[in-house]
Amino acid sequence: MTSQTQPDDKSADSTRATEMLSGAAMVIRALADEGVEYLYGYPGGAVLHIYDALFQQNKVKHVLVRHEQAATHMADAYARASGKAGVVLVTSGPGATNAVTGIATAYMDSIPMVVLTGQVMSHLIGGDAFQETDMLGISRPICKHNMSVRRPEDIPYLIKKAFHIAQTGRPGPVVLDIPKDMTMPNQTFAYHYPAEINLRSYQPKLKGHSGQIKKAVTALLAAKKPILYAGGGVIMGGASNELTELAQLLNLPVTNTLMGLGAYPAGDKQFIGMLGMHGSYEANQTMHHADVILAVGARFDDRVTNNTKKFCPDATIIHIDIDPASISKTINTHIPIVGLVQPVLTEMLEVLKQKKKKLDSGALEQWWQQIEQWRTVHGGRYDNTAPLLKPQYVIEQVSKITKGEAYVCSDVGQHQMFAAQYYKFNKPNRWINSGGLGTMGFGLPAAMGVKLNYPDADVVCVTGEGSIQMNIQELSTCKQYGLGVKIINLNNGYLGMVKQWQDMNYESRYASSYMDSLPDFVKLAEAYGHVGIRVTTPEELQPALERAFALKDRLVFLDIHIDPKEHVYPMQVPGGAMNDMFLSKTERT
Amino acid sequence: MRHIISVLLENESGALARLVGLFAQRGYNIDSLNVAATEDPTLSRLTLVTHGNDQVIEQISKQLHKLIEVVKVSDISEAAHIERELMLVKVKASGNQREEVKRCADIFRGQIIDVTPATYTIQLVGTSDKLDAFIQALGTTPIMEVVRSGASGIARGEKTLAL
Repeated sequence: MTSQTQPDDKSADSTRATEMLSGAAMVIRALADEGVEYLYGYPGGAVLHIYDALFQQNKVKHVLVRHEQAATHMADAYARASGKAGVVLVTSGPGATNAVTGIATAYMDSIPMVVLTGQVMSHLIGGDAFQETDMLGISRPICKHNMSVRRPEDIPYLIKKAFHIAQTGRPGPVVLDIPKDMTMPNQTFAYHYPAEINLRSYQPKLKGHSGQIKKAVTALLAAKKPILYAGGGVIMGGASNELTELAQLLNLPVTNTLMGLGAYPAGDKQFIGMLGMHGSYEANQTMHHADVILAVGARFDDRVTNNTKKFCPDATIIHIDIDPASISKTINTHIPIVGLVQPVLTEMLEVLKQKKKKLDSGALEQWWQQIEQWRTVHGGRYDNTAPLLKPQYVIEQVSKITKGEAYVCSDVGQHQMFAAQYYKFNKPNRWINSGGLGTMGFGLPAAMGVKLNYPDADVVCVTGEGSIQMNIQELSTCKQYGLGVKIINLNNGYLGMVKQWQDMNYESRYASSYMDSLPDFVKLAEAYGHVGIRVTTPEELQPALERAFALKDRLVFLDIHIDPKEHVYPMQVPGGAMNDMFLSKTERT
Repeated sequence: MRHIISVLLENESGALARLVGLFAQRGYNIDSLNVAATEDPTLSRLTLVTHGNDQVIEQISKQLHKLIEVVKVSDISEAAHIERELMLVKVKASGNQREEVKRCADIFRGQIIDVTPATYTIQLVGTSDKLDAFIQALGTTPIMEVVRSGASGIARGEKTLAL
């Protein structure tokens, strides 16, 4: 670390090469040196010095949200789309606590993010000062790491360290708490931004163990009923190409988790859909009957495995993951490989190419025949004869009009599952949703974060009338920054997923799941200066979508009234195996 | 099963809170915890006694490793090791009980480190089991106060947990 420099140090002249900056200026300068283009935030007392420094430069641009939660989701979604950490700046107290949901959302999905929170003056800490809250204590269980600034001259080092920790190993959010007196504009210090950080206590593994990789290849080649199960680690690890190459080299069936959608192109015949609670019939059957499961950057989440005691009884499990703690956490792994998925898959491909062996083609042929038969059982069907619009149909049409290449940012609930099931994601980093924490209110700010950074891309927010109202104030931010997001509001008047569970488990007693007194969303969109379109019949959908996507630079709020009775199927039977599923309101396996 | 986990930790503010918080968040047990700086003031050495099945202990060790400030983790109870705990016990000791308490302390190689006409304060060092046994052996002697340090541990032989 840099040595202590006195505020009125006269030696500035003698060290002309060193720039003297205030703590506040150092914060912004360090972000600029890190290559940060956008900072998402909201000002307040404790961060006013930093905002003033922000105002006096033009490298780092600030995006003013309407609620701090939205700032975190914008930064988070940018990270999901780009692979680089998003950056947030909020004030102390309520500014920081409002950011908590967004930090937890990023943490649960292992998304790199750097959150700068203001803090009261150092000498006031612990005294219940105005807008003081123990943000280190609050954020500790929901971030990868957190730190506070104790000396202004440490700011560049701590910011570099925050990015280093957020973006390496298993990524995650890092919180840096900055007391106001660390940013005084009249005290300057020598600025030096470190090129790299080396921490003795944090040395994330990169390559996998070569012996384990060879063992995995041998097990895979001996498989008669293999499956490749790929998760969000493939997306954040940038290993989609390697995964696709491996799957195609060996003709493996591929299933993606909710977080992994797009890791393998949905349009390809080897893709058998998402797995898990609302996974496809064929994916869950293939998993259950597999003899070798190659799990890549996935964590055997409870929404995937169903009852762990009944999970895939015949399978030898190979698990590639950057986090050793994810291995054998819920399901025992037979061949663990700890390392970044991209280099591990590359090494696996090399070993496979050297061996020049393939799987037993006869057995694989039979396996594929079985899978094709499973595909015909449900195959993503839904009743499209009713006069009411079906949510599945809406998503299918959105998928078609955007050719499976839009960024689809989802909220949480039935619409999220319909989007996951019916949008054909052909590219990684395009499906942006809160998988782990399940945060309603995520969708709109997420779409904003993506649209700001990818202005030429189609960015869709798939939401419902419940979720959208959790951050609807951000329509104002969209107007300010000209964010032409297309909002697909699947409006059924109910908290759909809650209602579905009440239908299935509580004899349709709709306790607080009916959304009474909804606003006129079209007028609301117009009030914020956007375009609103209401769709109530199947015939109106196509022209509305065409109009919406033709209005390139405008935010279009499509309020689409759908069948309120629709449920998400397939759905795993609670307590059952992977392949115990309800297939419709009247059928189960 | 009981395990003794040794941790080398960066001696930074918040590091201990993070470690203890991990146990609370994930529902792991802490039977005892003992921590102080080492000969290198930038490092703390922590000895934690916990119990759980193999899977839980493996997760504890992995989750500890994930904490940024944790430098090294070792389950020292997996191999030959030495374990010591310090206990201070204040007991009522008057009349003919006074001699009995002293005899008992002698048997356990304890030392009486403070004396009043009606009390003894006994210092005892040993494995946690031995300290438990001493409390049992005191029998009907009224115990006024017990202070235990929690176990400290170190591997036998040349094996070390150091940088």
